[in-house]
Amino acid sequence: MELSLATHAVGEHTVLEVGGEVDVYTAPRLRERLIELIDGGARHVVVDLGRVDFLDSTGLGVLVGALKRLRSAGGSFALVCDKEPLLKIFRITALDQVFPLHPTVDAAIAADSTGA
Amino acid sequence: MATVKLSFSPAPVHVRTARLVGVAVARRAGVREDLLDEVRLAIGEACTRAVALHRQYGLAEPVYVEMSDGGPYTVRVVDRAPIEAGLGLAALGPDELAKESLSEDALTTGVGFALLAGFVEDLQVRPVDEGVGTEVRMAWPAGRA
Repeated sequence: MELSLATHAVGEHTVLEVGGEVDVYTAPRLRERLIELIDGGARHVVVDLGRVDFLDSTGLGVLVGALKRLRSAGGSFALVCDKEPLLKIFRITALDQVFPLHPTVDAAIAADSTGA
Repeated sequence: MATVKLSFSPAPVHVRTARLVGVAVARRAGVREDLLDEVRLAIGEACTRAVALHRQYGLAEPVYVEMSDGGPYTVRVVDRAPIEAGLGLAALGPDELAKESLSEDALTTGVGFALLAGFVEDLQVRPVDEGVGTEVRMAWPAGRA
């Protein structure tokens, strides 16, 4: 399935819903969208991977890039993911210790708002 | 005995095709359903690595993929890049991954190897027998019920 990207705001958070396959071909579009959002002033970004059915190292690289950009801009970045195959990818690469990972968008925003 | 051979120009758009074919052949070869996600990811990582190397070295030659099901399901992904590749890369720890100085390309390469090593029990990375290049060989148990 092709990559899909949709954005909406929840309070001061920007939620980016990603769907489909994030791979070496589609990851540049995800990178562009994240940079657009950050350059446009978004400082608290939540990326919802709930409808992602494939994620590779290129996609992970883009997500880490966004995390670093936001951190250096004094912002925050969190991921929403509750699918075991994707969670396994985060564990194997140790990126589960780099990203705040939450099962729902509400949980991600609540944790970020309380500084957890 | 090779069942399916595939070669494709080193363009990112073709990596998905290689994944789809690789999983279709794996399913036919009798690889367990619960392993197919790992097969898909591993073939994708090996092909992504090959495409990245061909682009880095300006090589127009195709990336070669061979899938065999005589015994375990075996996939070979062959690139023609003039480097000495191996599995010697140490896994990056969480502190290194989050470091500002680590480039996205370096991170992607490290993470790609971590995924290959983590998902493929039977994995070999070695120079090709003839000419320059590297072969990533992966195998999974197969058998039709």
